[in-house]
Amino acid sequence: MKIGLDIGSTTIKCAVLDDNNNLTYSTYERHYSQITQKMGEILKQIRLNVKGADKACIAISGSAGMGVAESCNLDFIQEVYATRVAVNTFLPGTDVVIELGGEDAKILFLSGGMEVRMNGTCAGGTGAFIDQMASLLNVDIERFNELAAQYEKTYTIASRCGVFAKTDIQPLLNQGARKSDIAQSIFAAVVNQTVAGLAQGREIEGKVVYLGGPLTFMPELRKQFDKVLDTKGTCPQNSLYYVAMGAALCADNTIDFKTVINKITKYAGSGNFAFNKPLFKDKKEYEEFVSRHSRANVKGKDIQGYKGKAFIGIDAGSTTVKGVVLSETKELLFSKYLSNSGNPVPIVKDFLEEVYKLAPKINIVGSAVTGYGEEIVKNAFCVDYGIVETVAHFTAAKDFMPDVEFIIDIGGQDIKCFKIHNGAIDNIFLNEACSSGCGSFLQTFANALGYSIEEFAAKGLFAKHPVDLGSRCTVFMNSSVKQAQKDGATIEDISAGLSLSVVKNALYKVIRTSGPDELGKKIVVQGGTFLNNAVLRAFEMEMGTPVVRPVISGLMGAYGAALYAMSCGTDTSSSILTKKQLEEFKHVIKVTNCGMCQNNCRLTVNTFADGRRFIAGNRCERPITKKSPEKGLNMYDYKLSLLQSYKPQEGSRGKIGLPMGLNMYEMLPFWHTFLTSLSFEVVTSGISDKKVYAKGNKTIPSDTICFPAKLVHGHIQKLIDMGIENIFYPCMSYNFDEGLGDNHYNCPVVAYYPEVIGANMNSVKNITLIKEYVGIHRRKDFPKKVCEILQKYYPDITLKEVKKASEAAYAEYEAHLKRIRDKGEEIIKRAEDEGRQIFVLSGRPYHVDPEINHGIDKMIAGFGVAIVTEDSVSHHVDKFPTTVLNQWTYHSRLYAAARYIADKDNMNLVQLVSFGCGVDAITTDEVRDILEKEGKIYTQIKIDEITNLGAVKIRIRSLLAAIGG
Amino acid sequence: MAKLEYDKTGRLLFTKEMKEEYTILLPMMAPIHFNIIRNVFTHYGYKTVLLDTEGPEIAQVGLKYVHNDTCYPALLVIGQFIHALQSGKYDVNKVALMITQTGGGCRASNYIHLLRKALKKAGFEQIPVISLNLSGMEKNSGFTLTIPMIRRMAAGLIYGDELMLLRNQVQPYELNVGDSQKLVEKWISVLSKQFEKGKGFTASEIDSNMDEIARSFTEIKINKVPKVKVGVVGEIYVKYAALGNNNLERFLAEQGCEVNLPGIMGFMLFKVDNRIEDIKLYGGNKIKYTIANALMNYFTKLETSLIESVKKYGFVPPSAYVHTKSLVDGVIGFGSKMGEGWLLTAEMLELTEAGYGNIVCAQPFGCLPNHINGKGMIRKIKSIDDRANIVAIDYDPGAPRVNQENRIKLMLAVAKENLNKELSETQNTETKETKETVSQT
Repeated sequence: MKIGLDIGSTTIKCAVLDDNNNLTYSTYERHYSQITQKMGEILKQIRLNVKGADKACIAISGSAGMGVAESCNLDFIQEVYATRVAVNTFLPGTDVVIELGGEDAKILFLSGGMEVRMNGTCAGGTGAFIDQMASLLNVDIERFNELAAQYEKTYTIASRCGVFAKTDIQPLLNQGARKSDIAQSIFAAVVNQTVAGLAQGREIEGKVVYLGGPLTFMPELRKQFDKVLDTKGTCPQNSLYYVAMGAALCADNTIDFKTVINKITKYAGSGNFAFNKPLFKDKKEYEEFVSRHSRANVKGKDIQGYKGKAFIGIDAGSTTVKGVVLSETKELLFSKYLSNSGNPVPIVKDFLEEVYKLAPKINIVGSAVTGYGEEIVKNAFCVDYGIVETVAHFTAAKDFMPDVEFIIDIGGQDIKCFKIHNGAIDNIFLNEACSSGCGSFLQTFANALGYSIEEFAAKGLFAKHPVDLGSRCTVFMNSSVKQAQKDGATIEDISAGLSLSVVKNALYKVIRTSGPDELGKKIVVQGGTFLNNAVLRAFEMEMGTPVVRPVISGLMGAYGAALYAMSCGTDTSSSILTKKQLEEFKHVIKVTNCGMCQNNCRLTVNTFADGRRFIAGNRCERPITKKSPEKGLNMYDYKLSLLQSYKPQEGSRGKIGLPMGLNMYEMLPFWHTFLTSLSFEVVTSGISDKKVYAKGNKTIPSDTICFPAKLVHGHIQKLIDMGIENIFYPCMSYNFDEGLGDNHYNCPVVAYYPEVIGANMNSVKNITLIKEYVGIHRRKDFPKKVCEILQKYYPDITLKEVKKASEAAYAEYEAHLKRIRDKGEEIIKRAEDEGRQIFVLSGRPYHVDPEINHGIDKMIAGFGVAIVTEDSVSHHVDKFPTTVLNQWTYHSRLYAAARYIADKDNMNLVQLVSFGCGVDAITTDEVRDILEKEGKIYTQIKIDEITNLGAVKIRIRSLLAAIGG
Repeated sequence: MAKLEYDKTGRLLFTKEMKEEYTILLPMMAPIHFNIIRNVFTHYGYKTVLLDTEGPEIAQVGLKYVHNDTCYPALLVIGQFIHALQSGKYDVNKVALMITQTGGGCRASNYIHLLRKALKKAGFEQIPVISLNLSGMEKNSGFTLTIPMIRRMAAGLIYGDELMLLRNQVQPYELNVGDSQKLVEKWISVLSKQFEKGKGFTASEIDSNMDEIARSFTEIKINKVPKVKVGVVGEIYVKYAALGNNNLERFLAEQGCEVNLPGIMGFMLFKVDNRIEDIKLYGGNKIKYTIANALMNYFTKLETSLIESVKKYGFVPPSAYVHTKSLVDGVIGFGSKMGEGWLLTAEMLELTEAGYGNIVCAQPFGCLPNHINGKGMIRKIKSIDDRANIVAIDYDPGAPRVNQENRIKLMLAVAKENLNKELSETQNTETKETKETVSQT
């Protein structure tokens, strides 16, 4: 008899096999992180219920089992290995196993060269992720699965990491998308993530087996896998217990129940974890703290029967909806803090109904709404003003501290911080999609450990050794917490540690500060998360200075909105729906595709009772106004059209393909001219879209590389699918020397990505991929060197031809640059004449790809702003000293562009940064420094596969508000 | 006290006066190598301290002063410096920092600038930073890297490589636990004394030292039981520094493995060779080509000395650079030179060939060159040599150790299975052979 225990991130599975390997006893239980306790119970149960257990052998497996196994001297079997053993025993002939667990995703290739794949550290959370999404939709797993079965349409949801997906889903919910469509979209995202992240170029074919909790409990998820893999996988009996059974099969040491149970109960971890100072010395210190903060209060007045003038402010946030009603003298008449289970419309309706019920004769003279749901709420209820969140929060903070220098707001899902300079918002920090772990993050942890958020926070206040958990995203944090528990940290220590980590995340990842001196001494903190005293205290400790937290901390957005409405006039009357109109309120949602341009945005059309419509999901104003945005003031459009003008011309040497990825966005004029001159018919893979990406995403070897690089796989595949037999995609360590930097490299990814293509795409084996190293930076040597390379493939090519082609190529490249620079001048001139703001939307040449920039250029243009690029202004600047080594050509342009606009009033710089771009960790700080030295605001936008433009819009609107545009 | 002097770009210089008064802090990477090499500085009149601090605070300090998306080694090296400066152990007005700079196309060339930014943020603007490089970047009147110094450092590297290699091959099998480590320490102190006196770097001294070192390791009593053999490759800091890789070597030793870390000399040869390859690929200056070639030859001589001496006493020698390089011909271009470049791919092939096909490929999270040369090539390596059993591990302040170790354990589980298969196969052939011998008699 053999016992196997599988201790996973959320559950413990136990399997007992008899001597013929029949499963005779099994259990499946959630452990709520009380691993040792649960394990002791399970062992006792086995001893009690299974005959002959005393002579059984035992082994432990599972991601959370390593520590326990070690300290109890039990054999530990790595879980993927255990799965493999079990599958080979029970399901011989299996080719591929796909197993999803609480936090892991694994693919095992068993036949034809065994390989095992686990998700990388970044792509964590599959089961836990689905759980999280289900709770976001406010349904249980079973219902979630049922919902998915009823889908009509799917949305594209980022498939890299749970946090990304969440930021995609939230706005969809806020815009009124159907839950069933979202559930199915989440399944599709999980499948994409697993397949794209783990297959890494290897075909999933043959007999496929599905294992683990999520795949066992959710048939719709299995269906989605079947669909994507074009296969019919099976989910065997006992699919939950394969790891446990595998461990049992590997067990060959007899268990001594008494000793093991004894050891487990005593197991308290090494106690060896990094920790911080306690939050409070003693009760007294805590009480002083509480009394100090209770002073930042607002006056109240009962709304019951109120008949006077009133102002309504609504903050439709990502996870909560807040509403306040103020009297003419700023008395708080009424407030409501409601959790947002997806769609803010019914919640706001309830709120207004309650106000009208309590005070039927109230005279609402002004109303404003802010937050993620601003647009839909404004449209649904005819609210007077919609304002950007940063403005709302600043308005509210000023009310508590007129000379406030710094405001930080940590809400359920986002962190907003801004510096105030000369009474205006000066510098804005918003969390990137990666570090979204804020308030809802604490909530998730509290729930996972079986507490309410209030209980959980209270536990941390007097923790003796708050765990040092660092400042990373939720997915990482899960594992860090696991590690701390293993090392013996208590729930109290973890609670306090998590509060500290929320603060550190905000300070060091989002704001990137090193101390209070940088931020100023006058700080107002707000947002629901700061109602948590542990977080508030942690913030004060980390900053080393007391701060003001208004008692209405969680309502500040709504409060600010109401104040804003008040500032717009007190003698007006509000257009907000009256009591009667509210009674007739109706809201119908329809989903459709725009189709007015190639972005083909998925639109959600909301129709209200009186026939008013509100369209969401659009990136530009076209589906609403039926007009395209102002032409001729968007450099991104122009650059794209320039590239599209390079068409194939028939040539005697036949077709050659150029993939439109990475630096080809810069080099196309050069290579197109060069190869055309050599009598090739030059065919490009065209502009990216979702289909192109999907063509290649199974062959990406590194899931944390930047999205622009990932896209290249699709472009190569597209060329091959077009029947192209020769593809030209050379490696280039060096770029042109534009004289702006200390060196003129390409970044490693741009320089060598052809190598990755060659090594990881099976399909290139059947064609010729010319990926040799070329040096365009040495114009004199170039023809001879490149001729040697080409002659390997085309022996008839002569040096004379190549020299001529090179001359033409360099000339065309220069002409191309000149066209861009001339257009830049033209746009700037026209914008100046028309009194428009000008943004340098800077990044890399390939950020022109609409699939990479997600139409951010169009969105900005929609605000009437003229857009130029870094390469259209960088030539105005001579080389100047930077505080970093200025060694990449594209990046030198960034510094130069920043320098160029630093003293121009009508120009601002917005930097697009691809997620995972290591080089930009250096450039962003430098660009910021250059701009801030001249008193300019630096704005960074991180982009990925992600398509949600909500946060980007806030940023741009805040910037426009700050510069008064 | 030394005056603070700046160059045209505003860089704080390390002056001659400072050389007299200041202590130079050096960051730790490979303990054996660095402990020997620091004596070169002592010999030339510099006061140095090699930082051997560890613990989670270092990463925390790093996170505070360096952009959090910057690679982990920068975070740790800078964190270690600032942590030391804030510890109160050093007079912050009489201390300088030294850091290497390769000038390649990866982020690492920017560490020195990130360090200066961090110093400014932490209020240590008065502390000069010395760039240690072979490209003539950032000159300082108080510090010049001379040819004799380079020769001595190169000798230090080759000694380090030899000691590391021998310890790794002997330690897992030693009967008296600690013997090999003691011997390593003994040699560090012997060589340090030679270096301090300005000895131990000529060709003949090197040959005789190398020989004696290798011989001394044969005196350690061992029991050669079969063990899983693991190779470690990766981004140079994370590969060697325990601080960067959560004590990877110790973990592997605890799991009962023999570890093979390819030496630093290979990396040096690679860096010099890049200059030659650049000229071959793109054209360029003949003089530079000749200088690089001379340096290549010198380093190759040292490498040969190492190979010969360990081979002589029956240890597994490292493969010669030329051979390692030949392994990637047609796999990846020699133009891929940023970071560890093609050498990383080559080392994985070399290790597999030498019987260390169970490989940990270690890199900082988001390491750009390793997307290409590490993770990007694993598939191809496996198709070339199916003995390769490679796991890529990312390191960063947020990547928890449990996850890393769990992944390594998966690789080890497969490795153990392969080892057992191999053992039972040899056993079978042996029994068969014995049987045959028996029947013959």
